[in-house]
Amino acid sequence: MSTAAAEPRIADAGDPMVPRRYAITRVRQDTRDTFTLLLDPVNGAPLTFRAGQFTMLHAFGVGEVPISISGDPAAPAPLEHTIRDVGAVTHALVNAHPGTEIGVRGPFGTSWDVDDAADGDVVFVTGGIGLAPLRPAILDVLRERDRYGKVLLLYGSRTPDDILFGNEMHRWADLNDVNVQMTVDNAPYGYTGKVGFVTELIARAGFNPRTSWAFVCGPEVMMRSAASALAGRGVPAPHIRLSMERSMKCGIGLCGHCQLRDLFICVDGPVLDYPRLEPLMSVREL
Amino acid sequence: MDDIRILQASGLDALIEELRSRGFRVVGPTLRGDAIVTGEIRAASDLPRGKGDSQDAKTYRVRSRGDDAYFGFAAPAQSSKPVFFPAEEVVWRGHRDHDDDGHFTVERDTPDGAPIALLGVRSCDLRAVQIHDRVLAGRSHVDAHYVGRRDGAFVVAVACSDPAASCFCASMGTGPRPATTDPETGASSYDLLLTEILGEDDHHFVMEIGTDAGREVADEIGASMGHPADRDDAVAVTDAAAARQTRAIDTTIVHDVLRASAESPRWEDVASRCLACTNCTLVCPTCFCTTVQDVSDLTGDSAERHRVWDSCFSESFSYIHGGPTRESTKARYRQWITHKLSSWEDQFGMLGCVGCGRCITWCPAGIDITEEAAALGRMSGLAAPAPAT
Ligand SMILES: Cc1cc2nc3c(=O)[nH]c(=O)nc-3n(C[C@H](O)[C@H](O)[C@H](O)COP(=O)(O)OP(=O)(O)OC[C@H]3O[C@@H](n4cnc5c(N)ncnc54)[C@H](O)[C@@H]3O)c2cc1C
Ligand code: SF4
Ligand code: SF4
Ligand code: FES
Repeated sequence: MSTAAAEPRIADAGDPMVPRRYAITRVRQDTRDTFTLLLDPVNGAPLTFRAGQFTMLHAFGVGEVPISISGDPAAPAPLEHTIRDVGAVTHALVNAHPGTEIGVRGPFGTSWDVDDAADGDVVFVTGGIGLAPLRPAILDVLRERDRYGKVLLLYGSRTPDDILFGNEMHRWADLNDVNVQMTVDNAPYGYTGKVGFVTELIARAGFNPRTSWAFVCGPEVMMRSAASALAGRGVPAPHIRLSMERSMKCGIGLCGHCQLRDLFICVDGPVLDYPRLEPLMSVREL
Repeated sequence: MDDIRILQASGLDALIEELRSRGFRVVGPTLRGDAIVTGEIRAASDLPRGKGDSQDAKTYRVRSRGDDAYFGFAAPAQSSKPVFFPAEEVVWRGHRDHDDDGHFTVERDTPDGAPIALLGVRSCDLRAVQIHDRVLAGRSHVDAHYVGRRDGAFVVAVACSDPAASCFCASMGTGPRPATTDPETGASSYDLLLTEILGEDDHHFVMEIGTDAGREVADEIGASMGHPADRDDAVAVTDAAAARQTRAIDTTIVHDVLRASAESPRWEDVASRCLACTNCTLVCPTCFCTTVQDVSDLTGDSAERHRVWDSCFSESFSYIHGGPTRESTKARYRQWITHKLSSWEDQFGMLGCVGCGRCITWCPAGIDITEEAAALGRMSGLAAPAPAT
């Protein structure tokens, strides 16, 4: 285990805890509180990633947070992240000027692996900002649209003003044969669209449960009821995948923050299948 | 390696000197204030000679033994965890260019300092280091700073002769005599293993050789050849030490007990006692959770990212936007003990508790992991009911 003569060792330079610098090329406002950051690496090649993976984004002097990549895995440059301004770090990120450099670590975590759904129907169930982590998976499916059966996107948002990627969803419906169904939790007087929770759309949506795969991303309560509604309609539990959010400080399985019983969500997830999550999501505060 | 040597007590200085001359910084048990802690050892006189300890729930006391034993105490107040895994360290330093506000540079921090020789590490703590080797250096991503310090370290383990009332390593299979090899990697657990033998007018160490490096050192300091009977003496010391331990955890069922106890009423009970003070996690030699802190200067142009120990007992530990996922103390205690005694095995293939007893000693509320595990075992129906008293 040791050599008799002591030798100081220099650890290797590719430390995953050290960020790479990326320059913000553009900040696009998507809704009143949600923005998409386009990034280019200051040095070296663009980041390749798989749909569902996330990075740790570091705003210099403010802090670092986990954010899913929202861009197209087949076109990794510029690197896209869609961020809801909710607190100190996300606020600093979305308010940075083009040209500002931020730190990026990753990509980390598991993928949606939509490929597994080939030949079956595909149901995306999501709400609010949850559409952003699913967008790369949707783009993966649409790139090879004819390999899949029906494609449904069930989307819920708090109010009509909070609908994310609204134009793009319309394009997917018009050009890519995607059955897009939207609902809002609260609507102003005179709103003509659907009002209600996204999980309520599952019961009547047209797909063949037995051959379907479902990809679900949103608040945990929403995912829990969506997954149970999907399973209730007969979608096989191993065909239901969810993306979990937990506190994350490292992204590489070392800091311990993201643990959910035996899982490290940053490494074993964030995308996990329902049979693994169901027993864990049913215990409060696990 | 069946190579047994005898080192007279007076030869300890030669051992320490030999390690120092090989470039190692020697760290081991030393008396600081009223506690035995881990610190730098320059000579045998830095060791807590003649000192023993009393440890039990909420109790830690160093006492005079009335003899000359160098290692006549149980687990030091602080384990060797901080030696390879300090409570705080710099991960990287960044600098923002003043004239050009968008740009900054990042420089990785490399741990400096001489390689380390652990002297007098206890069996439980040595096992904890092996567990950290798996957790921090044996997976797809490693803690590069840990690896930098750990690689090339030299280990002189000392078997325990005087366990405290808080100790339960025997039931965990982690002591009081260390395994010769790391069950995960097959590597030798130690370069040298010492067992202290204190007779009427004889004071020596049975020295067992674990590696070639250990043999070189033993040769260099002129440790004389021993006999198989000397190993029997050493084993007798640890057998007696094991027999004196009173606390225990039933490792044959504990994994399943915790699995089955997620909704146990016991959590309310323990939460009514636990102060969520984090002491247990700070003294535990296997706890590895950390957080990051950004430290910047007044101008905001220079920043350092620090990696610091964290605790699953703190409210911020599980914070995500909207609130912590483990808000109640009940949920936090459940996380801690379930991780130690159950999910750790699912994650890493071994339990996360080595039976050092520190969490029992240092808990201000007197919460005892062995007692909680036993109660959960009975309440889950997986362990036999407690005998009527
Ligand atoms: C895998 C994953 C993917 C995510 N993807 C997206 C996404 O695509 N878009 C998006 O808008 N949000 C995403 N989030 C949520 C996002 O990370 C949080 O909104 C963000 O961390 C909030 O930080 P804040 O400082 O702005 O907010 P505050 O609520 O003010 O947080 C204060 C501090 O708490 C800590 N903190 C809060 N949440 C987390 C967390 N999850 N992990 C670690 N520390 C935390 C940070 O130190 C933060 O600075 C994702 C989270 C995870 C785990
Ligand atoms: S849980 Fe307690 S007894 Fe077990 S290793 Fe940690 S501090 Fe020691
Ligand atoms: S179990 Fe004891 S030491 Fe641990 S957090 Fe609770 S009160 Fe503190
Ligand atoms: S984020 Fe650190 S272990 Fe998962």
